[in-house]
Amino acid sequence: MATKPEFVLRLGDNALILGQRLAEWLGHGPALEEDIALANVSLDLIGQARLWLACAGRLEGQGRDEDRLAMLRAQHEFRNCTMLELPNGDYALTVVRRMLFDAYQCVLLARLAQAPEDEVAAIAAKSRKEADYHWRHSADWTVRLGDGTEESHRRAQAALDQLWDYTHELFASDEVDPDAAGLREPWLALVEPVLAQATLAIPAPSRFLSTGKRGVHSEHLGHLLAEMQILPRSHPGAQW
Amino acid sequence: MKAWDVLARIPDPEIPAISITELGIVRSIAERGAAVEVAITPTYSGCPAMRMIEEEIVGELKSAGFAEVTVRTVLAPAWTSDWIAPGARDRLKAYGIAPPGRVHLFPKAVSCPRCDSARTERVSEFGSTACKAHYRCLECLEPFDYFKPL
Repeated sequence: MATKPEFVLRLGDNALILGQRLAEWLGHGPALEEDIALANVSLDLIGQARLWLACAGRLEGQGRDEDRLAMLRAQHEFRNCTMLELPNGDYALTVVRRMLFDAYQCVLLARLAQAPEDEVAAIAAKSRKEADYHWRHSADWTVRLGDGTEESHRRAQAALDQLWDYTHELFASDEVDPDAAGLREPWLALVEPVLAQATLAIPAPSRFLSTGKRGVHSEHLGHLLAEMQILPRSHPGAQW
Repeated sequence: MKAWDVLARIPDPEIPAISITELGIVRSIAERGAAVEVAITPTYSGCPAMRMIEEEIVGELKSAGFAEVTVRTVLAPAWTSDWIAPGARDRLKAYGIAPPGRVHLFPKAVSCPRCDSARTERVSEFGSTACKAHYRCLECLEPFDYFKPL
């Protein structure tokens, strides 16, 4: 089935918004190695965002390039899922969020590598290699924190408790992404063993469903965009 | 092929010990008289050196006499560290960077590029550039970069 431009926009916005959040850690990581790791992951994600947004712009055919899509859209036009725009919190929240999302990327990109559009398949195949690498890092740290000290376990569990309900959105099928629900099982197959090893408990089921991918966001996205977009908005066409 | 020889002399901006052709990112060259089209592929999606590499390709080919130079980016097949030229692996090592293992082979221990000891440990999966991880030798105690297999 043909990939919809709005679906590609979701892929680009997910990568862009998490990439921007991770870039906020620059200079604030808990250790030099982690500071560098988050900067590297952020760079990969922003690179992927450029590819996806450029692709989305071509598919929709209204002459919008990746810069325009990233820098000149308003909050309600963004299609990232809500979990990724939440503030970074502590390192446990940053790590657990990435683990949940990286696992999703691994299974989603594997599926998209078979997409009928050559460009979508190529970007997915390329990004998937990076997602595998990101996943190893965030899964490793989830175990370290969850199965670490009493304090790190407490924080990792609190992060999982806060984030878990936001993952429902990833698997909510709709007209833009009718196959979303099918990814939940392979995703769980990645996530559950890591959580078990990390001695973290999956929170009780709830009916909460966030709606970022439909353009209805939390109060946090506006603040993120204000910071990310200020330069091109105050100096249109600026170059250096 | 003239254009290839020109590109083979352009060093990678982040790892100048090897050239962009040895890195395996030049995917095709089409020469038509004074015009040439070069296709390159990024190592990592967010590699910040791609723009600079593009500019160097245009600059060097123009100085070599090509009037019209176009550079396009291709994504498929995705770049793999297996495309790094065999001779370049030795030069990476001499430069202090442990060359990448083969992607689909059973992972071997990463050897220290200075003392060849296999007693090394990973400090971090991420290093000074997107393509490297950070290691330490337990024999000579020196830290070193490992070019990640991808």
